[in-house]
Amino acid sequence: MATYILKRFLQLLPVFIGATFLVYFLVFSLPGDPIAALFGDKPVNAAVAAKLRSQYHLDQPFIVQYLLYLKSIFTFDLGQDFSGRSIAAVLGEVFPVTARLAVMALIFEGVFGIAFGLVAGLRKGKFFDGTVLIASLIVIGIPIFVLGFLLQFFIGVQLGWAKPTVSSAASVQDLILPAIVLGLASFAYVLRLTRTSVIENMNADYVRTATAKGLSRFRVVNVHILRNSLIPVITFLGADLGTLMGGAIVTEGIFNVPGVGNRLYRAVLSGEGPTVVSIVTVLVLIYCVSNLIVDLLYAWLDPRIRYDS
Amino acid sequence: MKGEAMNASVHIREESSDAERPLLEIKNLAINFVTSNGEVNAVRNAHLTVMPGETVAIVGESGSGKSTSALAAIGLLPGNGRVAAGEILFDGEDIAHASEKRMIELRGSHIGMVPQDPMSNLNPVWKIGFQVRETLKANGLPSGPEDVAKVLSEAGLPDAARRAKQYPHEFSGGMRQRALIAIGLSCQPRLLIADEPTSALDVTVQRQILDHLDKMTTELGTAVLLITHDLGLAAERADKVVVMYRGQVVEAGPSLELLQNPRHPYTKRLVASAPSLASRRIQVAKEQGIESEDLLAPTEPVVVKEALPEDVLVVENLTKVFKLRGGIGKTTDFTAVDSVSFAVKRGTTTAIVGESGSGKSTVAQMVLNLLEPTSGKITFDGVDTSTLNSKDLFKFRRRVQPIFQDPYGSLDPMYNIFRTIEEPLRTHKIGNKASREKKVRELLDQVALPQSTMRRYPNELSGGQRQRIAIARALALDPEVIICDEAVSALDVLVQAQVLNLLADLQDNLGLTYLFITHDLAVVRQIADHVCVMQKGKLVETGSTDDVFDNPREAYTQALLDAIPGGSLLLPPEVA
Amino acid sequence: MTPENNLTGQDTGRRHIEHFVADLDETPLQATDKVKEENAPSSLWGEAWKNLRKQPLFIISVIMILVVVVVSLFPGLFSPIDPSSEACQLANSNGGSVAGHPLGFNKQGCDVYARVIFGTRSSVTVGLFTTVGVVVFGGIVGSLAGYYGGWLDALLARLTDIFFALPLILGAIVMMQLPVFRANRTVWTLVLILVIFGWPQIARITRGAVIEVRNADFVVAARSLGVSRFRSLLRHVLPNSLAPIIVVATISLGTFIVAESTLSFLGIGLPASVMSWGNDIQAAQASLRSNPLPLLYPAIALSLTVLSFIMLGDALRDALDPKARKR
Repeated sequence: MATYILKRFLQLLPVFIGATFLVYFLVFSLPGDPIAALFGDKPVNAAVAAKLRSQYHLDQPFIVQYLLYLKSIFTFDLGQDFSGRSIAAVLGEVFPVTARLAVMALIFEGVFGIAFGLVAGLRKGKFFDGTVLIASLIVIGIPIFVLGFLLQFFIGVQLGWAKPTVSSAASVQDLILPAIVLGLASFAYVLRLTRTSVIENMNADYVRTATAKGLSRFRVVNVHILRNSLIPVITFLGADLGTLMGGAIVTEGIFNVPGVGNRLYRAVLSGEGPTVVSIVTVLVLIYCVSNLIVDLLYAWLDPRIRYDS
Repeated sequence: MKGEAMNASVHIREESSDAERPLLEIKNLAINFVTSNGEVNAVRNAHLTVMPGETVAIVGESGSGKSTSALAAIGLLPGNGRVAAGEILFDGEDIAHASEKRMIELRGSHIGMVPQDPMSNLNPVWKIGFQVRETLKANGLPSGPEDVAKVLSEAGLPDAARRAKQYPHEFSGGMRQRALIAIGLSCQPRLLIADEPTSALDVTVQRQILDHLDKMTTELGTAVLLITHDLGLAAERADKVVVMYRGQVVEAGPSLELLQNPRHPYTKRLVASAPSLASRRIQVAKEQGIESEDLLAPTEPVVVKEALPEDVLVVENLTKVFKLRGGIGKTTDFTAVDSVSFAVKRGTTTAIVGESGSGKSTVAQMVLNLLEPTSGKITFDGVDTSTLNSKDLFKFRRRVQPIFQDPYGSLDPMYNIFRTIEEPLRTHKIGNKASREKKVRELLDQVALPQSTMRRYPNELSGGQRQRIAIARALALDPEVIICDEAVSALDVLVQAQVLNLLADLQDNLGLTYLFITHDLAVVRQIADHVCVMQKGKLVETGSTDDVFDNPREAYTQALLDAIPGGSLLLPPEVA
Repeated sequence: MTPENNLTGQDTGRRHIEHFVADLDETPLQATDKVKEENAPSSLWGEAWKNLRKQPLFIISVIMILVVVVVSLFPGLFSPIDPSSEACQLANSNGGSVAGHPLGFNKQGCDVYARVIFGTRSSVTVGLFTTVGVVVFGGIVGSLAGYYGGWLDALLARLTDIFFALPLILGAIVMMQLPVFRANRTVWTLVLILVIFGWPQIARITRGAVIEVRNADFVVAARSLGVSRFRSLLRHVLPNSLAPIIVVATISLGTFIVAESTLSFLGIGLPASVMSWGNDIQAAQASLRSNPLPLLYPAIALSLTVLSFIMLGDALRDALDPKARKR
């Protein structure tokens, strides 16, 4: 078990380093003066440019720049953004909002996806199953920003059931609609994954054996079919947390949620390289951590993993 | 007519001394499956009677409907299957259309089941003890840890209390099967359905498990409905044998009488080709009027190569050590093959026999030059095969060809049969398009398949047919040695006999040398001249087939021989 | 009962067991393992095609895709009006449906129907070429890693993981704001960037499929026939790994169309001068509450296009995946 986790951790280390290196390289080392680019169409302020150059050690060889940057991440000394605010403070403001949004979306997709998927799987080939399958395809087919506008327009504006945009506090209540929009596509995936998994397990030999033992249908479904079917679903959900946080850009834009995606989008548009790199780095970190959590979950759910590594 | 048959059987039952009621009586059973091509009839007109405490075996090849009939008796037909006609009487009650509630009451406590594959029939995420406990609990029996341990230890599981806390993947196949037997018998059902309970296990384990199952059911007075493809096993274990063929019962009767005096042509065929009952290889030859010595005498193709050494393949001190990766940086050595030496004479068949993990397939891979030996030497036709450069290796490939076990895996599903058999010719740039097509046609004739098969794809052929295609492909390059790695193990008995006969004919006509890797001693006796017995990587005994079978020197060989099902049955010589 | 079926039997000590023999006429014996010659030969792909032809999901999606492709190739056939911005009349701003302009006008006074028709091409181009690029690059990486294993696999798998850690949209946003790309925003830069961040998925799928096939007996058999290692990868392993790759590639095509429109919607995809559904949706967003229709129509076109590829992928999965077929 310990070796398994250690092994997975050691596999994620190069992923983290590689991905942050890639982003750093893209932002700071491709042709074109990154500092000049930061100013966009505005005239370059020599003093600020010099300060930025030394802050990002742009006078040093590239690899040294990157290593110094890595160090700055782990010491939370991320420097300042364009307006002179500490980037660490900005991240501290936006990340909790997006985390709240992503967790809400995760709960939504998990609860409803598993419930619908289980029922559809158990009633394979029946009317409910067919309807749910087609509906899930449609949900996957509609791009998230279209879905966002539709729900915002009909539920927020026309029906007035929810506020079309989010207040600066971004309370749980405010985030219900955006969380549903964010989680809808994944909800369809969870549903389909649960369904496939349930169907596969329903036909498994050990389920037949469990029935032959004289167990009630309820027990066969809960103890044998559902428990085994949840293994791939829960691993999907774990990995999805990272994806949801990184993918919240569009949703946050539509509903004006003051979160990571919104901040990243603005940073990209105004060319704030340092902020972009910092945010993406933290997102990669979250991706790696959530993958590690998935590995732990997997080992916890499936005893076969726990012992052989 | 059916009515008459039933009247007759009723009549006889009344005549018999005790007028007890059958525990299970299947009458006129028909089972249909809904498929994409409409409803398909899997079982029809099936009759079967199991008296209390009796063991009845249903024998048949795959697709004969034997498992389907048995599953119907416990209400576990797959979702697309249904009982279309007939009755299933359990202790007088018709359960063919019983409610799910009633079936749940009956399952476990009245009708138990031991399934076929121990690897897939235990839920991998729950501990063994949990899976036993829930059985006891569901049937209203005490289910404390000591009850669970008792049930498991009665099924022959040592150290049961500790074992109950382990997961299925920590058990060996035999151990898992014991756990499944424990579950099946835990509530002391009156009827136990055992569906090929040991066919996935090694022969020696198979015997232990069956002996134990016999002992337990006798003690408990449980009636057993045993499903098996092995006529020898059925006859040895059951009072009564029911033979099914293409969804119908063709013959049923007392086991010994059925074996000694089979009446239906299908049963006759089965008895004649059951490997565990038929004896030696000479039989194959005798049918063709050839004495065994003639088989070894050089026939035409061998005469040409008279000057060549007699031992075409010599293996000396062959060893293979695999490095198993433990944790990080840790590796442990696993010796799969340990200093194995043997020689194969030209034009003969040498069998390597062993149970799973004996290293027999690893030997085959090294002989095929697909795996590099850790140490030791393989000499083919006087040349050390490890010294071959890529050009010589390419030539070597022409002379040594494999046939694999799994008929479904050994042919590329994307290639039609023509392309499959033509591939070796094309690879070695032999002939032109027309001559290659002629050769493919000849090869199909040789393996007794119609030439029209050429345009078909593997998915349209049965297992036996695919195996014959694999033989044709192996023969395309006119090889001298063919390595058969469990080449007939996955086939039904009759098809197996057919393929073995084909191999014997081809050896006779082409002077081929076979190295036959198998776990099945019964098959060895049918085909091999020499036997090498392997156990845990080591060669424990070697000799001529007759010597090894008649006078085994090693205890392990003796155990293997004893484990052949039906081996203990004494049959009149005209049948055996 | 015919006379040959007379019941005889023996006493086994405890009870009498009768010996039953079925009527031979009712249970005719067939030749062991006879080849069925009546059916026409059919390959796996032939079987899949036969399955697909009967599936409504497949038929509907193929028709929809054909329509989309024809529209993107010959938009002029469907709309006589030139939708380029210059031809728009501001006087028509946010105008409703009138004769010749069935879907009305957007804020700039452009014909919405014509813009939807002419916007098809950029979506389809980006989707198609990105998929081709991703399948070629991801396919090569995945099959080499899966087939050869060892250090090459370890290296390529880590490389795949690294790119996997950066979600498609996130990576594309970061790259699109680079000076090099910001200066030349065309369909081709978009394709390049989407390929860079889109290949890992296909690489993983290919790797898995190749690993599943590489040790199959028919591959070992080919090697023992003397077929070289690389040749058996090309001739045996890859053709047998294609099914899952085709399925994922089809679904990905839809995903890449979404990615293009999302980037354009965010204002960092195609420049506003290029007609694209994403650009139109972005432009209509401002007046969503007053006039939602100019947003709705390109959104519907986009959704239907993506949906048709996803439906096709789903139908293909059912037809090609033997595991799914069993159910």
